[in-house]
Amino acid sequence: MKHSILLHELDDDVGVAVTNLKKGSVAGALTLEGKPAGSVKLRDNVPLGHKVAMRDVAKDKAVIKYGREVGKAVQPIAKGAHVHIHNLKTMRWSV
Amino acid sequence: MIKPEKLKFTGYRRPDGRFGIRNHVVILPVDDISNAAAEGVARLIKGTMVLPHPYGRLQFGEDFDLTMRTLAGTGRNPNVAAVIVICIEPKWADLIVKEIAKTGKPVAGFAIERSGDLKTIEAASRKAKEFVQYATELQREPFGVKQLCMSTKCGESDTTSGLAANPTVGRAFERLLAAGATLMFGETTELTGGEDIVASRCIKPSDRKKFQAMFDDYQRLIESQGVSLLGSQPTEGNIRGGLTTIEEKAMGNIQKIGRCKITSVLKPAEEPKGRGLHFMDSSSAAAEMVTLCAAAGSVVHFFPTGQGNVIGNPILPVIKLSGNPLTVKTMSEHIDVDLTGILRMEMNLDQAADAALRCLEQTIRGRFTAAEALRHDEFVLTKLYRSA
Repeated sequence: MKHSILLHELDDDVGVAVTNLKKGSVAGALTLEGKPAGSVKLRDNVPLGHKVAMRDVAKDKAVIKYGREVGKAVQPIAKGAHVHIHNLKTMRWSV
Repeated sequence: MIKPEKLKFTGYRRPDGRFGIRNHVVILPVDDISNAAAEGVARLIKGTMVLPHPYGRLQFGEDFDLTMRTLAGTGRNPNVAAVIVICIEPKWADLIVKEIAKTGKPVAGFAIERSGDLKTIEAASRKAKEFVQYATELQREPFGVKQLCMSTKCGESDTTSGLAANPTVGRAFERLLAAGATLMFGETTELTGGEDIVASRCIKPSDRKKFQAMFDDYQRLIESQGVSLLGSQPTEGNIRGGLTTIEEKAMGNIQKIGRCKITSVLKPAEEPKGRGLHFMDSSSAAAEMVTLCAAAGSVVHFFPTGQGNVIGNPILPVIKLSGNPLTVKTMSEHIDVDLTGILRMEMNLDQAADAALRCLEQTIRGRFTAAEALRHDEFVLTKLYRSA
């Protein structure tokens, strides 16, 4: 397996780890259609199915997956970081 | 690429012309207190299936209508050959019997009051024995995709659902829709963040409005409770699997309808009036949603899962598809279609849809799904509000 991250759309901010990824390793990314989408150096351990930032995202900026806004960064997110509930929150149902 | 027209389906032609792929004789209690008598009949007569449930008393308004529609629809489902209805009193039994009788299939109602459980069990068992002998004489015959009514709903989703199992169902649904099948999906709150996409797929502007009203109604219900669905949507299972927000989950969910357009918008448990893809207003809780699909006439169900939802239904065979390698490895007995090749880029979506359609054909021809073999018989009524 040459890739370890899959993206829905080439320009998505985040990709999905398709295997457990180790901090410090370099992971190659592909889109679902098989287009190369670059590579990132992991800043965190990222388990299978969890998201990896493909680029830096500033705090309060929308995070794009499926070519759509799927939430906003509540902390600055660096390329190669694990993206999950600690740094990404929904923009719906805020109480 | 497998064309659904070429698949060799066999099933039971019912008197109303619809085709079922299973041949159950159902013992249906109308209310909670009739469960014991209904279970008594099922214990006596081989080949019957009882569907106990906790509701049916002192419900009113829309909630009452939904329970009645779900019970009657379950009896009307083409996977059911004949039905024994048991109720504490005769009037509500008659309501259900009349709706089932419209399909032309054998149905009989029994009331417990003025007889007691034991005499009711005896009388209902004599009729159930006749129904089982009727049903076991029926033969399978070939039928086509234009006579197929099926549904989809995903569960315990994770990011692999959006990458693999859900778009596989979407690809299969595109082909089934083009071939003239009747298809259903739903999960109203779980579209939050992608509801504009579903609305834009409605062919008729009136359906777009109807869908939006159903969606808004659910959002208002949530707000009226003074809470949000954070903590429930995404679920803890979703979060463990890497899903972070409802918007992300919704985008994964919507992959199940591929690029299909929506022909109509249905109330919960409402039977579609024609072919096409139909949206049904429904909860995203797996057993509730699948029970509603069965009540609306679906005879087989695609259930993509990420983390491994184990749900089944007593009358509706549920086919599990997963692209998560950890789930397929650790919960292999639950998974019918292994789609892990998608994540390894060894399988494209067209090949994955082929695998799903092959399993669909096998299931329709009579092969048990994993959930059927494992006795996953979850029959769960949707309760809209408290009883009187």
